[in-house]
Amino acid sequence: MGRYVLRRVALSVVTLFLLVSAVFLITSVLPADPGRQVAGPFAPQATVDAINERLGTDDPVLTQYGRLLKSTITFDFGESFQLRQPVNDLLWPAVGRSAKLVVFGLVLTVPLAIAAGMYAARKRNTFADRSIVTLGVASSSIPEFVSGVTLQFLIGVKLGWFETLALAPRGSNLITELRYLTLPALALVVVYFGYIARMTRAGTINALDADYTRTAVMKGLPNRRVMRGHVMRNALQPTVSVIGIQIGYLFSGLIGLELIFNYPGLGRLIYNAVGAKDFPMLSAAVILVGIIYMLCTLGADLVIAWMNPRARMEGARS
Amino acid sequence: MSMGVPPPIASGAAAVVEAEAARAVSDDVLGEAGPGSHVPIDMRAERRQARKERRRLLLRRPGFVIGFLILAFWIVCAIGGDKITPNPPLVSVDAGGLSPRAGFLMGTDVLGRDVLSRVMAGARDVLIVAPIAATLSVAAGTMLGLLMGYYRGWVDEVLSRLVEVLLSIPVVLMALLIVATLGSSRLVVIMTVAVLFTPIVTRTVRAATLAESQLDYVTSARLRGEGGLFVMLREILPNIRPTILVEYTVRIGYAVFTVATLSFLGAGIKPPSPDWGLAVADNYQLIQSGQWWGTLFPALAIASVVIATNLVADSIEAVISS
Repeated sequence: MGRYVLRRVALSVVTLFLLVSAVFLITSVLPADPGRQVAGPFAPQATVDAINERLGTDDPVLTQYGRLLKSTITFDFGESFQLRQPVNDLLWPAVGRSAKLVVFGLVLTVPLAIAAGMYAARKRNTFADRSIVTLGVASSSIPEFVSGVTLQFLIGVKLGWFETLALAPRGSNLITELRYLTLPALALVVVYFGYIARMTRAGTINALDADYTRTAVMKGLPNRRVMRGHVMRNALQPTVSVIGIQIGYLFSGLIGLELIFNYPGLGRLIYNAVGAKDFPMLSAAVILVGIIYMLCTLGADLVIAWMNPRARMEGARS
Repeated sequence: MSMGVPPPIASGAAAVVEAEAARAVSDDVLGEAGPGSHVPIDMRAERRQARKERRRLLLRRPGFVIGFLILAFWIVCAIGGDKITPNPPLVSVDAGGLSPRAGFLMGTDVLGRDVLSRVMAGARDVLIVAPIAATLSVAAGTMLGLLMGYYRGWVDEVLSRLVEVLLSIPVVLMALLIVATLGSSRLVVIMTVAVLFTPIVTRTVRAATLAESQLDYVTSARLRGEGGLFVMLREILPNIRPTILVEYTVRIGYAVFTVATLSFLGAGIKPPSPDWGLAVADNYQLIQSGQWWGTLFPALAIASVVIATNLVADSIEAVISS
C-alpha cells in the first residue's frame, strides 16, 4: 500500500506541474501583449507599459515561468489586478462559500444516485431501470445554468418554496444558509445524479454477475450478507472514482449557477476575473480548481485501493 | 464513452475500473458485444446488408426517432433563419415584456422582440459552431489516437500523460481562460472547443487502436509488408469506425453544451445575435419579477438539443454494439 500511495502522489505532483505550465502558456505566452489586452486597443503606450510592469509581463519568459511555479508552491499569487487586494484574501472566502454549496449538493446527490443505481441494477431491464437510465442521460447532459434557471422559476418563483437568490443575510445560522442554497444545490443534483447513478448501476451489475457473488449465494449466505459483504464492496468502486472526478466539474459548473443565484463564490470570482482580464486572479483560481480536482481523484483512488487489494497491487507494479 | 457526462477522466487504477464499468453498461443494455467486423473485400454486399439492418434497428428505437426529429426541427430553423420566423428576430415588433399570447406565442422580450422568432433563429449559431468544433476535434483526435496506439513508444507515453493533464481541467474553465486571453469570436470559440475536446477523442481512439493492434489481421498485414500508414488507415480505421462514430455524436452533444455555456458566460457569440445562451444571460434576472418567457424558452431550446443529441448517440451506440 505504501508504494502505491507514493507512486500515486508522485503522479499528482507531475500532473500539477504540467497544469501550471499549461496555464502559463495560455495566460503569458499566448497573448502577444498582455498589457495591451488589459488596457484595450486605444490606451496610450505608457499605460500599457505600466500594466506590463505591474503584471511582470515585461520580464523574460523563463523568469515569469519560474515566478508562477513559485507562486503555486507557496500559493501566493500576489495582488488581484482588478481589485488591488491580495488574491488570497479574495480567493479563500469565495472558495469557502463554493465548498459549502458543493458539499451540500453532493450530500443530496450521492445517496440518491447510489440508491437509484443499485435499484436499477437489481430491476435490470424493467421499466423502472430504463427510466432511471434515460432520465440520467437526459438530465446530466443539460448545462447547469439551464437547469438552474428552470428550477429557480418553477420552485423559487412559481411555488415559492425556496429563496431564489442563494446568499443568506449576514449572520444567519447554518440551517438558514442551507435553505438559501437549496435551489442551486438541486440544480447540481439534476446534473450529477445521472452519471453517478449509471456508474453505480454498472458496477452493481458487474458485481451481481461475478463468480464470487454466485459462490457466496451457493454456499448459503443470507441475502443481506451477500449484498453488503460481496456485492456492495465491489460495486461501489467505479462510483467512488466517479465522485472524485465529478468534484472538479462541480466547481466549473458553479460559474453559471453562482451567476444565476447571485452567490459570491469561486465561480463568480472567476467570471469577474475573466471580464476584467485579471490574470493573477484567473491563474490562481484555475490552478486551485486543478489542485482540488487532483486531491479528489487522489482521494478516490486511495479509497479504491483500500477497498480493492487488486487495484493497489496493479498500481504498484506498473 | 456511453456516459452522458463530462469526459470521464481516469487516473491510475480508476481508469481500469471505469472502463470496465462502461463496458458493463453497454454489454448489459445491449446484449453481448459482437467481435469486430473484419470483413474480406468480396463480402461487400454482406456489409451493405448489415448497414441496412443497422439502419432498420435504429429506426425502431423511439429514442433515436424522437432525438432525430427534434434535431431535424432545429436544423430547419437554422437553415431557414429569419426567412421562416413569424417576425424579424433582431428588431422590436411590439411593446416590450408581453407575456405569451396569440400572435406572440412565446411573448416579447424587454426590447419588444418576438421571443419565438429569436428562439428559432437562435438555432443557427450553435448549430454551426458546435458541429464544426466537434468535427475538428474528432479528426485531430483520430489521427493522434491512431498514431499513438499503433506506434506506442516514448512519444505515446509522454503524450498520454499530457492528455491526462489536459483532461484534469474542466473544459469550460479552460475555454474561459483561453477566450479571456484571445478575445471572443466565433473562430476562437470553435478552435478552443476543438482543441480542448481533442485529448478526449484521442484517448478513446488510442484505446481502440491498441486493442485492434493485438489482433491477427493487423499482424498479418504487417507480415505482408504493408506500411504503417496503410495498416492504420485501411486496416485499423475501418474496424474502429463505430467507436469513432459514437464518440463523434457524443462530442457534438458536449460541444453544444460548451458553446451554449460559453455564450451564457459572455465569452462566446456576441449580441445582438439571438443565440440561446446569450438570450438566457440577457434575461435571467427578470425571472425574479415573473418575466420568465425570455429566459425559459431559449433555455429549453438548449436542453432539447443536448438531450436529442444524447438520445441519438445512445441509440447509435446501442445498435452498433449489438
